[in-house]
Amino acid sequence: MLRNIIVLLKIVPKPEEVVFNPETKTVDRSKARNEINEADKNALELALKLKEKYGGKVITLSMGPPIWDKYIRLGVAMGADDAILVSDRALAGSDTLPTSLTLATAIKKIGDYDIILCGEESSDGGTGQVPPGIGGWLDIPHVTYVSDIVEISQDGWATVKRTIKGGHELVKIKLPFIAAVELGSNKPRFPDFRRKRWAEREFQLKIWSLQDLGLEPDKVGFKGSKTIVSELEEVKPAERRKEVLSGDLDELARKLYEILKENI
Amino acid sequence: MEDIWVFIEQDDGELEGSSLEVLSKARELGEKYGYMVSGVLFGSDVKKLVEEAGRYGADRIIYVDDENLRIYNAEVYAKAMVELARRYNPNTILFSATRNGRDLAGRVAIPFNSGLLAHVISLDFDEEGRLTGRVPGFGGSIAAIVKCIDSRPQLATVTPGVFEAKTFDRECKYVEEKLEVDLTPDKYLVISREKSPVKDISKSEKVVVAGQGTGGELDIVYELAKLLNADVGVTRPLADRGLAPRDIQIGSTGVNLKSKLVIVLGASGAPHFVSGIKDCDLVISINKDADAPIKEHSDYFVVADIFKVVPKLLELLRGGGDA
Ligand SMILES: Cc1cc2nc3c(=O)[nH]c(=O)nc-3n(C[C@H](O)[C@H](O)[C@H](O)COP(=O)(O)OP(=O)(O)OC[C@H]3O[C@@H](n4cnc5c(N)ncnc54)[C@H](O)[C@@H]3O)c2cc1C
Repeated sequence: MLRNIIVLLKIVPKPEEVVFNPETKTVDRSKARNEINEADKNALELALKLKEKYGGKVITLSMGPPIWDKYIRLGVAMGADDAILVSDRALAGSDTLPTSLTLATAIKKIGDYDIILCGEESSDGGTGQVPPGIGGWLDIPHVTYVSDIVEISQDGWATVKRTIKGGHELVKIKLPFIAAVELGSNKPRFPDFRRKRWAEREFQLKIWSLQDLGLEPDKVGFKGSKTIVSELEEVKPAERRKEVLSGDLDELARKLYEILKENI
Repeated sequence: MEDIWVFIEQDDGELEGSSLEVLSKARELGEKYGYMVSGVLFGSDVKKLVEEAGRYGADRIIYVDDENLRIYNAEVYAKAMVELARRYNPNTILFSATRNGRDLAGRVAIPFNSGLLAHVISLDFDEEGRLTGRVPGFGGSIAAIVKCIDSRPQLATVTPGVFEAKTFDRECKYVEEKLEVDLTPDKYLVISREKSPVKDISKSEKVVVAGQGTGGELDIVYELAKLLNADVGVTRPLADRGLAPRDIQIGSTGVNLKSKLVIVLGASGAPHFVSGIKDCDLVISINKDADAPIKEHSDYFVVADIFKVVPKLLELLRGGGDA
């Protein structure tokens, strides 16, 4: 039977609803609806499948503000056994280095883990740097772009499928390890209705502060980061003609044909 | 003189073209600020590769030749890079933001406590010598100008395709290094691989892109591409469904196109997708939804069902067009 399977969940704003304010040069996320990062849902789905096959306890771990609470409950509704949110004002401004340190420290506190799963990258930051970073802090192997965990054998090794240029490879990796799961690699399940109600109303989310983790505030946040953002800018979409063609299909095909002939 | 390093990726004897782009960019920065430029290459029987890489602007190529380095292995490559970087203490290490480049950079950052800039689309040093780059986020619609602080080495991964690989007529030294660390994999073994040759469509002149609106029926897409002498690309969901290889997926987690002509069939125009076509000259899209966001990113936006209009277009293209 597997020991703990820890899944990292990040809550992100829907990318198409994030607005950039060119005057203040800030990103306004306030009007965007939030969701569990898509690839993290794929990681959770994979974790739940592993649990069905090999046993173990699925625990989600997030680092963010308390308002994430209601989204994290969705993971519980999908089937996670427990959920932990690391939340502390001092964490604001953390780049990937302190983020991976904080998550690694929380993973150690959870303890007794065999597999850590997360999404290949988040849809907002999208660096993909956190999973190898956590591997580094915990001194365990990491594997990225994983589309499936094919097998976990008795002797403590797993076989995972990793996407590479032009195809895929099978990697044998020793437990415990951290794997970054490819976006879209499976279909995340819908929460069961009754479990969803329970998760929303009765489930007790654990919230850990930096002090709970025993981390010094100057190791995290802006102070612990080794990068700084000096400015934000909108990447202007290319200038396009936006000429709308509609109407009779034969005419449309003819017009398209002419445009193509002119341009090739 | 301080050093800018570029990790030169290879796979079983094949050079990764985008690392040569980064090497050429490093040459430019080296000239501008007086850094030495070194390519760092790991592989097995790498003599030829090393010489090939040396043409792209390096002052020297530092390489490790070992059977355990023939293909990428996250554990072994990280060990090798960390030991080498401790030995030389470079100012900066740049990686192409390929799967393997990102994988390696993310791990190497930890023992050095280094700042790491993610998949930058521009790169420079500021007046204090801090590595600075534009990092796209939110699917590519917003970029942050990010700097490394208090880091040695400073690290960045560079989005493939933003810089150009150039050959230089200059002398390059070749330095073979032997490592102390044991390179036999201990906890990470690549046991088998399935690979087919990939067509690099990042530089294709013409591309027909299929979205979910094709329902995954790609016959007419391939046919249109064939008649136009174009290559085929897909949106992410089609690659997710295994209908096309990831290597021809367009967008922020795939390929950025620089084509003269792109025809987008049945894609809605999500931010993560359109960042992959923003550098194309002419964008024609066909969508049955008159309000699809792709409209804003198109020169010609055809409101029609692709299964109705494309067959007619194919007929015209097959001949009889001028009849
Ligand atoms: C972290 C992250 C990274 C991502 N990276 C990428 C990426 O690199 N590339 C990418 O593509 N996506 C990426 N995505 C996904 C992206 O957000 C969108 O979900 C995706 O691009 C949508 O693909 P689509 O346009 O093909 O499908 P849909 O959004 O489903 O759009 C289908 C369109 O087809 C039209 N249509 C349907 N039937 C017809 C018909 N018969 N004729 C004409 N039109 C029709 C519909 O009107 C609709 O507009 C990423 C997402 C995340 C979270």
